[in-house]
Amino acid sequence: MRLDLCAIGKQFGEQHALRDVTLSLSDFQSLAIIGPSGGGKTTLLRIIAGLTTPETGTLSINGQPLDFSEEALLSHRRSIGTVFQAYNLFPHLTARENVMLPLVKVHGLATQEAQEIVGALFERFHLAAHAHQRPGELSGGQQQRVAIVRAIAIKPRFLIFDEPTSALDPEMTAEVLDFIAELRDEGRDLIIVTHNMGFAREVSDRCVFIANGRVLEHGPSADVFANPQHPLLVNFLARVLRY
Amino acid sequence: MDFFFAPTQGRPIARAAQVVSWGLVAVLAAAVFSFAFSQLLYGWNWDAIWQYRQKFLQGWLMTVAISAASLLVSLLIGVLTALARRSAFLPLRYSATLYVEAIRGTPLLVQILILFYVVANAFGVDNRYIVGVLALSLFAGAYLSEMIRAGIESIRDSQLESARAIGLTTAQTYRYVIFPQVVRQLIPPLTGQFASIIKDSSLLSIIAVSEFTLNAQEVNAFTYSTLESYLPLAAGYLLLTLPISLISRTLERRFHFAT
Repeated sequence: MRLDLCAIGKQFGEQHALRDVTLSLSDFQSLAIIGPSGGGKTTLLRIIAGLTTPETGTLSINGQPLDFSEEALLSHRRSIGTVFQAYNLFPHLTARENVMLPLVKVHGLATQEAQEIVGALFERFHLAAHAHQRPGELSGGQQQRVAIVRAIAIKPRFLIFDEPTSALDPEMTAEVLDFIAELRDEGRDLIIVTHNMGFAREVSDRCVFIANGRVLEHGPSADVFANPQHPLLVNFLARVLRY
Repeated sequence: MDFFFAPTQGRPIARAAQVVSWGLVAVLAAAVFSFAFSQLLYGWNWDAIWQYRQKFLQGWLMTVAISAASLLVSLLIGVLTALARRSAFLPLRYSATLYVEAIRGTPLLVQILILFYVVANAFGVDNRYIVGVLALSLFAGAYLSEMIRAGIESIRDSQLESARAIGLTTAQTYRYVIFPQVVRQLIPPLTGQFASIIKDSSLLSIIAVSEFTLNAQEVNAFTYSTLESYLPLAAGYLLLTLPISLISRTLERRFHFAT
């Protein structure tokens, strides 16, 4: 996929979350956004997901400029699959109902048709046994897998992951990361914000480093991780990879 | 002595302990009241009351009907007010706030009098049953709207964010995400509210709505048998409110789910 950002700026009160971010990335399949907490990576991801509007700048995805009117953003959000840190699922619905909801109510599928799609996906990703359980009865890892299934069920243009494992313990983290890697191997386009550097390096073919609201470095993931240039990135990697 | 203490950490209470403890409470209550009544120098005259049994029944049924109608109307008022209090349009939001605060800050008795003798009169409504149901509904609606608003606000932001991310519109978010959860939360307090409405409906006697309390008052006036008129009244209300309170507890357990 292709991503073009031009002079994107976003402020929360006094604080600049993003300052004048300009970036062109083409021909990538899987993009990792890394950087220190509070550096602006989640804000950038949310803008791409159509959940936040920047104050300045323009954004185009695969050559299509994104219109920031609420109506256009709604249809933009409907065309992509977004998975957050945790609590993606609605607690009053079963796993199956959670995945059915957008298919039937947003994308207008018949219940029968949606049931078949969900059934096949649950079967394939080993969730069939949990289809009738509510989120409260599922482990954190299972909840995230159901959330990912909900995101892919609508056949999204691409997937967005916002720190999908940071609320999970290591074993469940592995379960979810394996799932994401599997989707990457299927050839799905994805953008991921993660604190897990090993995974970022493994899963992505392109990487962007954001700190203090600016893009300080970007390039093929292999280069960024093997041969970081910007002193802040060198420092950041040294710190997060120490243990 | 452990027998009379509830086990710690939510372990179930033994059946025998429940039965014996309830029995103990019943005996105690019975002892206190039979002593109190035995001290009373009073010529009981149940025969006079028995002749008016139809009047008690009619009043009781009227109370049930008025309370049921008021519950439905108050639910509608409660939902609309809760939404109005969250509205971005400030005059609407503040009207709802004014309504809730005015109702919660004044006695129901005064509200009934003003609604019937001033407002209804001015608008030419002279059906005291309609005014009665309206007064109870406005009263209960203010309390319900606060429960509904609290229910809506208890939905985590992360869920609203998820709803946006999967592309639900605001109306769809209310319909498929917020309301189903609010309804589940609301069922226990709603049954409690219903019990309150039933008791509060007794105040409609002051505008001569022929409900249970007014009928008991009338029987008292006809027979001069005060206790015999009012004891069946208490029993009649308990007959309605006790089952509701039991149902409420059952529903609370059934609708409980982890969030």
